Amino acid sequence: MSLPEPSIDGRFGEFGGRFVPETLVPACQELEEAFRHAWADPAFHDELDALLRDYAGRPSPLTECHRLSEALGVRVLLKREDLNHTGSHKINNVLGQALLARRMGKTRLVAETGAGQHGVATATAAALLGLECLVYMGEVDMERQALNVFRMRLLGAEVRPAVTGSRTLKDAINEAMRDWVATVGGTHYCLGSVMGPHPYPWMVRELHTVIGTEARAQCEALLGGAPDVVTACVGGGSNAIGIFSGFVGTPAELVGVEPAGGAAIARGVPGVVHGSKSFLLQDEFGQVNEAHSISAGLDYPGIGPEHSHLATIGRARYVSVTDAEVVEAFQLLSRTEGIIPALEPAHALAWIARDRASLAGRTVLVNLSGRGDKDVAQMMDVLG
Amino acid sequence: MSAELPPGVPAPPTGPGALERHLRQRRDAGAKLLVPYVTGGLGADWVDAVRAAADAGADAVEVGIPFSDPVMDGPVIQQASDQALHAGATPVSVLESLRRADVGVPLVVMTYYNLCFHMGHERFAASLAEAGVRAAILPDLPLEEVGPWAGAADAAGVETVLLAAPTAPDERLPRICTRARGFVYAVGLLGVTGERAELAESATVIAARLKAVTDKPVLIGVGVSNAEQAVQACAVADGVVVGSAVVRRLLEGEGPEGVAAFLRGIRHALDATS
Repeated sequence: MSLPEPSIDGRFGEFGGRFVPETLVPACQELEEAFRHAWADPAFHDELDALLRDYAGRPSPLTECHRLSEALGVRVLLKREDLNHTGSHKINNVLGQALLARRMGKTRLVAETGAGQHGVATATAAALLGLECLVYMGEVDMERQALNVFRMRLLGAEVRPAVTGSRTLKDAINEAMRDWVATVGGTHYCLGSVMGPHPYPWMVRELHTVIGTEARAQCEALLGGAPDVVTACVGGGSNAIGIFSGFVGTPAELVGVEPAGGAAIARGVPGVVHGSKSFLLQDEFGQVNEAHSISAGLDYPGIGPEHSHLATIGRARYVSVTDAEVVEAFQLLSRTEGIIPALEPAHALAWIARDRASLAGRTVLVNLSGRGDKDVAQMMDVLG
Repeated sequence: MSAELPPGVPAPPTGPGALERHLRQRRDAGAKLLVPYVTGGLGADWVDAVRAAADAGADAVEVGIPFSDPVMDGPVIQQASDQALHAGATPVSVLESLRRADVGVPLVVMTYYNLCFHMGHERFAASLAEAGVRAAILPDLPLEEVGPWAGAADAAGVETVLLAAPTAPDERLPRICTRARGFVYAVGLLGVTGERAELAESATVIAARLKAVTDKPVLIGVGVSNAEQAVQACAVADGVVVGSAVVRRLLEGEGPEGVAAFLRGIRHALDATS
């Protein structure tokens, strides 16, 4: 069993849909059609699989954390998406979307980025396939992720600041959507998570199922079955849905970890922004609240619609951790395993560390969605 | 849930379809329709600006309820929305001001769907009706998603204006026109709201495509910036929506008088052609 397709109107249960300006409706329909065809075409899979293998370095390994496990009393396994080319899981999605864009005759990619990982991945795929690339990034994020800004420019992409609102991820998405409204003919919007209007939540999920498929087989080989718990950080939720997809048909408990300052499931109510209906942090009138997280990649007031659905039906549960707990976990993994995680997956590690008493003796698989190089400068300030 | 007329609204017939009937009457009398946009809650005198727009010859006035994430809006209306929100504007405060305003022409609310969804369709529709608002424009609620809201709006006598964009294939336009109430909003160009140096060619193209499939009033909005462009647009369309050019004047401190002077210029230019 795997995660089912959304309904014809792009719903996962009551969540999802296609709430976009009329200008973009035909583009979303065209994209859905194109993806459906490509995804059913063995030649498309051959091309994508070859890129994932020969360019991105898949399959990513599964690492058993002996010293961390001993320290926590919980058996921890890491799915090493940090070892992919460009340093995170984001490359799975962008290679697929860039191939699709080319197949659709689009010559330009526009993307939003928070921490810069999706922007770097998009710039990389654009360079690889000879596509033009423009990345919107919140002004605040450009400051705290200056290294990734430089990286994107080095890769030939233009990086443009989003200067309105909270000047973070949500505003970068607004700008990317505005750009797409104006350039829809030749531009593909390479959205970076399982959010946005249909077909994005479904398409991006499908492009990340490779994580879960590999991890399921790797766990089978190592454990002879599924782990007790599968966990991942959740901003929009693409790395989480990718790894959950491999275990939704097993008895494994699925746990998404949000930042305390952006806990859409715990503290939000259903709302509609950026093209879909999902849990959303908002005020009493429906104005979208700004999220606050140490991690630019999770600094988002919403969550992908399928996560809202999985939470509602009880198949996955969502918890949150504080910035301080994340900083602890960031150091813990570095010291015990010689792996510097990105701040985003450090959220999942922080949850294990905090709940280690209830997890004692169990086996927990963590999607280590990215590496921490991008966060080192910021952590130098935090840790003094 | 009867739609109570705000004091001073004269001619428009009451009940469902009031805005559309009003615009049809004006059109059939030979007028080109002028619908300016003002961001609700922008400055202490924004209601005066709405009244000034009506007095300057607007056939209806569109009032924006500011939203935190206005994806269909360009820099000017974004800035106006931000300012209004920082000044404490809410859907409740904007509608309360409109309820007490004595404008004299039909009012249309433009906002984003989450404010409506959050309040609940029935409650939002009733709030508009009680404030004397005739119609609503929700630019992030396309045809496929509009059903539940439009049903509630119809029941409350609130007309749901739908947008039609240059990207729409031919088969889509009649479906949009059938579901649209009040008027059909022809999106003049590929892009967000904002002034442009010239009227985009796509503006009259989409208007002509719409006029070929509907006799509902067709107004061009997005990228209609001045009298000259309004006249060009109305060579094909029944009228225009003018937003950013009005709001920029308010942001630059020209106040209701500046808005009135600007709109009088457009009114005269349109009247001179009809």
